[in-house]
Amino acid sequence: MIQVQNLTKRYGPTIAVKDLSFTVATGEILGFLGPNGAGKTTTMKILTCYMSPTEGQVSLEGLDVIEHSLEVRRRIGYLPETAPLYHDMNVLEYLSFVAGIRGIPRREFGSRIDRMASVCGLGSVMRKDIGELSKGFKQRVGIAQAMIHDPDVLILDEPTSGLDPNQIVDIRNLIKDLGDEKTVILSTHILSEVQATCDRVLIINNGSLVADGTPAELTAKFAGDDQMRLVVSGSSPEPLKSALMAVSGVISLELTDGSEIRVNITVESGQDVRAPLFRAIADAGWTLLEMHRESTSLESVFRQLTKDTGDAGA
Amino acid sequence: MRNTWLLCQKELRSYFNSPVAYIVLTLFLLITGFFFTTTLFLIGQATMRQTFQLTPIVFLFFVPAITMRLIAEEKRSGSIELLFTWPTRDWEIVVGKFAAAWIFITMAIGLTLAFTYSVSGIGSLDAGETFGGYLGLILMGGAFAAIGTWTSSLTQNQIVSFVVSLTVIAALYLVENLLGLLPMSWAPILQFLSVTHHFNNLARGVIDSRDLIYFASLIILMLKLAHSSLESRRWK
Repeated sequence: MIQVQNLTKRYGPTIAVKDLSFTVATGEILGFLGPNGAGKTTTMKILTCYMSPTEGQVSLEGLDVIEHSLEVRRRIGYLPETAPLYHDMNVLEYLSFVAGIRGIPRREFGSRIDRMASVCGLGSVMRKDIGELSKGFKQRVGIAQAMIHDPDVLILDEPTSGLDPNQIVDIRNLIKDLGDEKTVILSTHILSEVQATCDRVLIINNGSLVADGTPAELTAKFAGDDQMRLVVSGSSPEPLKSALMAVSGVISLELTDGSEIRVNITVESGQDVRAPLFRAIADAGWTLLEMHRESTSLESVFRQLTKDTGDAGA
Repeated sequence: MRNTWLLCQKELRSYFNSPVAYIVLTLFLLITGFFFTTTLFLIGQATMRQTFQLTPIVFLFFVPAITMRLIAEEKRSGSIELLFTWPTRDWEIVVGKFAAAWIFITMAIGLTLAFTYSVSGIGSLDAGETFGGYLGLILMGGAFAAIGTWTSSLTQNQIVSFVVSLTVIAALYLVENLLGLLPMSWAPILQFLSVTHHFNNLARGVIDSRDLIYFASLIILMLKLAHSSLESRRWK
């Protein structure tokens, strides 16, 4: 279990993280969401013992990150944002070096490295210099480096950045598999990634926690009004507007002119107005060409929570 | 200890994985070889003393060039973040990197044994003097490497590291020359600080514990400074 209590980090006069508290249970996959500069990376750097907190306590299984730094670092695998590797080594040399630093017995090097090569898809580049690899491969070497010692906790700062869509799916599946037995904390600003992989989401903005829960809980809790989009032909704007406004649950609507009229309708959340809308249009003898409902997504929750104060910290 | 050795090996490998090592070694041998041949024919004696006297000037540029990237490059590329989050102690990092630079310098010094060997064919070398000279060069190389490790820990810019270590080394090298400007009572202090003074003692073939202690304490002090510089990241 990871415990973060009243964590504050200041860089000179700038406050990167303020009074942040949360816990992560073993075996949980936690997604860390927030706009750029929200304090995600800073929090991760403190969790991994790279930096010290200005105030507050951070501990892993009851071990404080400052007092038991070495023990905490042994149990964590970390991938920093830019995957900073040694470019003058080849992949095999690099992974052997990390295996040594991680205290893996020499006789196990071969099996561990082979396993990482197959898990991360590195088989074809083992003898290539890291400096010559594409960004996606560097990222995968970074992930292999973080997992080679089979850590209890994996901390991944934007693990899928720079990967192509197929690799992103691979890495997400990998993270999900790992999440069965390990604690994983990952930061991202790709919201679909959180929905696809995480058990729980923390949204932070300007260094403070603004939301905490499962993706489903968050969308339910912060759900606003739903949006409907229609395309109608055979009518003119004025009668269409009055006919649709008469449907119960419709709050407001905007429409365009022309032979095909596009309508944006704001509907009270939770109301299903699809059938009444269809009937209102059909009864008047108009033709409904398209109808689409947009329910509240994590994306709109994220934007709602982080929009207003997005640049106040700068 | 195992981590120190792993880090040291890694640094040595990165010296030899790039052309820099070979260029630096070639330059070192060319310059010391030039000193060696010119002084040999000028003096006409079977001695390495003159070469030993001039080698420290080469070290002034050679050692900072070797040590400048040790920590600065890790800071620049960001790989230091991984290094610091692996279970390695800060002193293991400092000592491992310093040891790699020192081993590299010692290898360079070892290559000059070719000169010594060729002189020994002309006449009988003074064994004590030659041994003392080599010991002095190795210890001085170690002290300069420790200075370079420290200056490399201060910045992420290799050039800054090079210039600062060159300045510190030059100060220790030239401090004896201040004798003419200061009262005579300062002489023991200046002599104590001067790398040249302690090196010359050894190069005469007199192995005195005072000189050994000087170099050892200079190395320890500089590594201690490098260690504190790494630890400063943990400041709140």
